[in-house]
Amino acid sequence: MRYLPLSDTDRASMLDTIGVKSIDDLFVDVPAPARRDGTVDLPKYAGEMEVEAQLNAFAAENLSPSKAPFFIGAGAYRHHIPATVDHIIQRSEFLTSYTPYQPEIAQGTLQVLFEFQTQVARLTGMPVANASLYDGSTAAAEGVLMAQRITRRNKAVLSGGLHPHYRETIETLAHAVGIETEASALQVDGEAEVLQHIDANTACVVVQTPNLFGTATDLTEIAKAAQAAGALLIVVVTEVMSLGLLKSPGEMGADVVAVEGQSIGVPLSFGGPYVGLFAAKEKYLRQMPGRLCGETVDADGERGFVLTLSTREQHIRRDKATSNICTNSGLCALAFSIHLSLLGQTGLNRVARINYAKAHALKAELAKVAGVEVVTPRFFNEFTVKLPKAADAVVEALAAKGILAGVPVSRFDKTPEFANHLIVAATETVSDADIAALISALKEVL
Amino acid sequence: MADAPKMNSVGRPTAPAIDVETTSFKSLLGGRGLLQDEKLIFEWDDYSRTGVDFADIAIDASDLDGLIRDDLSLPGLTEPEAVRHYVRLSQKNHAIDLALYPLGSCTMKHNPRLNEKMARLPGLGDIHPLQPVSTVQGALRLMDSLAHWLKTLTGMPAVALTPKAGANGELCGLLAIKAAHEAKGQGHRRTVLVPSSAHGTNPATAAFVGYTVREIAQTADGRVDLEDLKSKIDDGIAAIMLTNPNTCGLFERDIIAIADAIHAAGAYFYCDGANFNAIVGRVRPGDLGVDAMHINLHKTFSTPHGGGGPGAGPVVLSEALAPYAPRPWVVAGESGLVLEEHGEDASQANFGRMCAFHGQMGMYIRALTYMLSHGSDGLRQVAEDAVLNANYIKASLSDVMSVPFPEGPCMHEALFDDRWLENTGVTTLDFAKAMIDEGFHPMTMYFPLVVHGAMLIEPTETESKAELDRFVAVLKALAEAALKGDVNRFKGAPYLAPAKRLDETRAARQPRLTYG
Amino acid sequence: MKFTKDHEWVEVTGETALVGITAYAANALGDVVFVEVPDVGKALKKGDSFAVVESVKAASDVYAPVSGEVVEANNELPNSPDLVNAAPEGAGWIAKVKLSDASELDSLMDRAAYEAFLDTL
Repeated sequence: MRYLPLSDTDRASMLDTIGVKSIDDLFVDVPAPARRDGTVDLPKYAGEMEVEAQLNAFAAENLSPSKAPFFIGAGAYRHHIPATVDHIIQRSEFLTSYTPYQPEIAQGTLQVLFEFQTQVARLTGMPVANASLYDGSTAAAEGVLMAQRITRRNKAVLSGGLHPHYRETIETLAHAVGIETEASALQVDGEAEVLQHIDANTACVVVQTPNLFGTATDLTEIAKAAQAAGALLIVVVTEVMSLGLLKSPGEMGADVVAVEGQSIGVPLSFGGPYVGLFAAKEKYLRQMPGRLCGETVDADGERGFVLTLSTREQHIRRDKATSNICTNSGLCALAFSIHLSLLGQTGLNRVARINYAKAHALKAELAKVAGVEVVTPRFFNEFTVKLPKAADAVVEALAAKGILAGVPVSRFDKTPEFANHLIVAATETVSDADIAALISALKEVL
Repeated sequence: MADAPKMNSVGRPTAPAIDVETTSFKSLLGGRGLLQDEKLIFEWDDYSRTGVDFADIAIDASDLDGLIRDDLSLPGLTEPEAVRHYVRLSQKNHAIDLALYPLGSCTMKHNPRLNEKMARLPGLGDIHPLQPVSTVQGALRLMDSLAHWLKTLTGMPAVALTPKAGANGELCGLLAIKAAHEAKGQGHRRTVLVPSSAHGTNPATAAFVGYTVREIAQTADGRVDLEDLKSKIDDGIAAIMLTNPNTCGLFERDIIAIADAIHAAGAYFYCDGANFNAIVGRVRPGDLGVDAMHINLHKTFSTPHGGGGPGAGPVVLSEALAPYAPRPWVVAGESGLVLEEHGEDASQANFGRMCAFHGQMGMYIRALTYMLSHGSDGLRQVAEDAVLNANYIKASLSDVMSVPFPEGPCMHEALFDDRWLENTGVTTLDFAKAMIDEGFHPMTMYFPLVVHGAMLIEPTETESKAELDRFVAVLKALAEAALKGDVNRFKGAPYLAPAKRLDETRAARQPRLTYG
Repeated sequence: MKFTKDHEWVEVTGETALVGITAYAANALGDVVFVEVPDVGKALKKGDSFAVVESVKAASDVYAPVSGEVVEANNELPNSPDLVNAAPEGAGWIAKVKLSDASELDSLMDRAAYEAFLDTL
């Protein structure tokens, strides 16, 4: 077996050194009823060629966006990733190292994390950011728990534009710790409605921009009103590329920001692994979940980096920790950081403008199709249209024609009001020919 | 012959000068030859460049009036600069690809490169989680296959794939347990028994779901004290969280009796599966009475640790807990597999969703590739070689280092304590840091908390006997140096790493978490 | 000055008392990097956790050696946590408490008893 270096001769000699006769003697502590003589009922070992053939068979049954005009977003976006990103993250020293607990031999990972934290802080317009969480949805949920710790209040208000998967993830974690949630019904616009639900027990309001339907909103007034009522504003961003163009959550007054970072550096990969960006106001630093990397000096006085403020974490505080998180999303954070340092402010702003232009070109074409109504008032690279018939059937019909058209709102919510709503996205990867193909196929199926 | 090229007739020194002292040499600018200091990207002078070529188009974004930002301040690097920056940084890291990485409980095994190649197939790596299910049948079939392998290897009837890592899996398991108790009108059960040797995530997770932690004592031979456990069971017990093999690297001999006692009390058995690597293919947790167990795909099933993630922590569930598994589920439909993403009516028992979308697909691909490569026979061999390697290290070092639980074999990791360092002036930390100078990553230190100055060594099955022998020789030589009083070798260690010991006190007293 | 088995000290002046952690505890924790001091006005019951002292790799609850009300917290500590190491039984005090039951002091150890207790650890 190609991954197991011991030979039978090695094994015999090692058993001899240990002083036992057979490998079974090392498993004597297993209770007799649980000992198994043979192998379990699964296939036997296989060579690279055989395994590759099996995986290729799985892959062949999927329609990859690389082969189809593609307009799907709703929380995960297809962007171009420079070749350099994947090359670097596959370097052994990044790919096959552990969490940097021994800083003397992990300065590579640690400096990347320090740069990552700074990038995230600047991108979100916040003073401090952590070294990543699992993804945007769990980051949003951690934000809610953090708001409870800070305010000692027990209710979270969730906006009607919040991605339903995020809402459900927040509900799972919030209810587990005894936080009540009050979620508005899905709505395309009108994030300010959250203010009507704030009461003396409200720890936070959670608002997403651009929201599920693509609507971008200035949250400045919502921030002021929430804070005046003693609640924190948690801003969720599922399309991080939008921050290359839109006002940052920090500038709008956010207390906590939870972002899905997938759009920068991380492939779609059917939903994971992704990378959660988490930033907050400085005064909340000690209530933050997850790892933090900080600057210091070594014994020679040279600058270096270490994981710090770890007394917040589970391995020290145990049942009093700010979160139970241990493993985070290190390699995806690295990919994010490399991609963003390649883009820089110039590249990020340029690609953001291209996204805006593509999506608005798509909007102009869709608006011309009979019976199609654009319902999103202002947006970045994603918007929602109301079709003359059920969106899920239209999407299936277009998929049969090799076009991946968007996400029916009914995938998340069966409310009849939204049965015909379709969320479509257009990033820099969409060509004019893709748009033309969608429009012509759509006319056929409507 | 005027046009003929000139022969090189000038020689130069090709052997080192014998009279130059080289050990105390320092470079003029402080670097160490190929190991270069690398400034932060934020210290580049010019932020305006970019390493990605996009057209500089004008847009009329009047609909976003008042929403456009003008405060972006992010440095851009051209491709050659970026490649150098990250390659230089990478060279300051230790990695399993460089040498044995004996972090107990973390299972730093070789990460097969075929896994990486498969995760990058466009048909698997470049598909969107919300594509119509008719266009992702292969992805669903892959998830279903992975689920089948995990259920068969553990002897458990159900699995929730979505948890993002081990601790997220613990949370998933405890939420299923909580939901099950509530469904039975047993919501008053709010105490979780946790051994004193547990991973920190166990009490953290229990507290997270609002449970109170009650610690159970350990016997002199490093296992759960069954009598103490029984004495702490009352009708408020919701579950036990137990790692097996435990964090001392020992198999819990009484595990079936523990499970019986817990079940008799109406509670559930959560097993922390961080150490599944020791028994995969040989012992099925289902045969031990486990109700829920997370499996760290980044440990047992070789997905890379990536400097701290991403991981994946699927949770296998017993019949009793299966109905409470979080969404989504992959189920057979009329025309192929479908994803059940919602409880269609509120009466359904599941507790909701652990995260957006369907979990860590990229890790599922890698783990399944690993499983298919090893097969049932190879995975059994994995457990056997992991246990053999750990016992070999224990046997080879027990004449110099003290072993807290010497009786009987260990499982996949060998635990030592610091009694043997008493009066040497060398601590566990010093000893571990000196390993760095010898080219090895330190072992897990000061964990488990129940053993003083603990040193927990997990070699994994992917180390050859020659590498183990080299490791043993280094540790023995270091031990001799410590016992001989060569304290400086340890107190200043590491001397040869990219950085000297770092001032963690300063980092924590004046936190500096971003540049500028 | 009186002491507890959890390594807190208390020094009474009139109706109030200063409370802190002992030199032994400070030394065991290592370099203190953060102290979470209690809010003024907080009511303490003897044995309640009312502050947290953290070093890089450890965190320790501080338990109230006596019942009472916090009338002052040491506001130097958030910026200079090292005071706990430098002068644990002096400038590193954590809170000033207005005693509600002076008789509780009788159950605490004097220095000689505390030192004898340390010898048993």
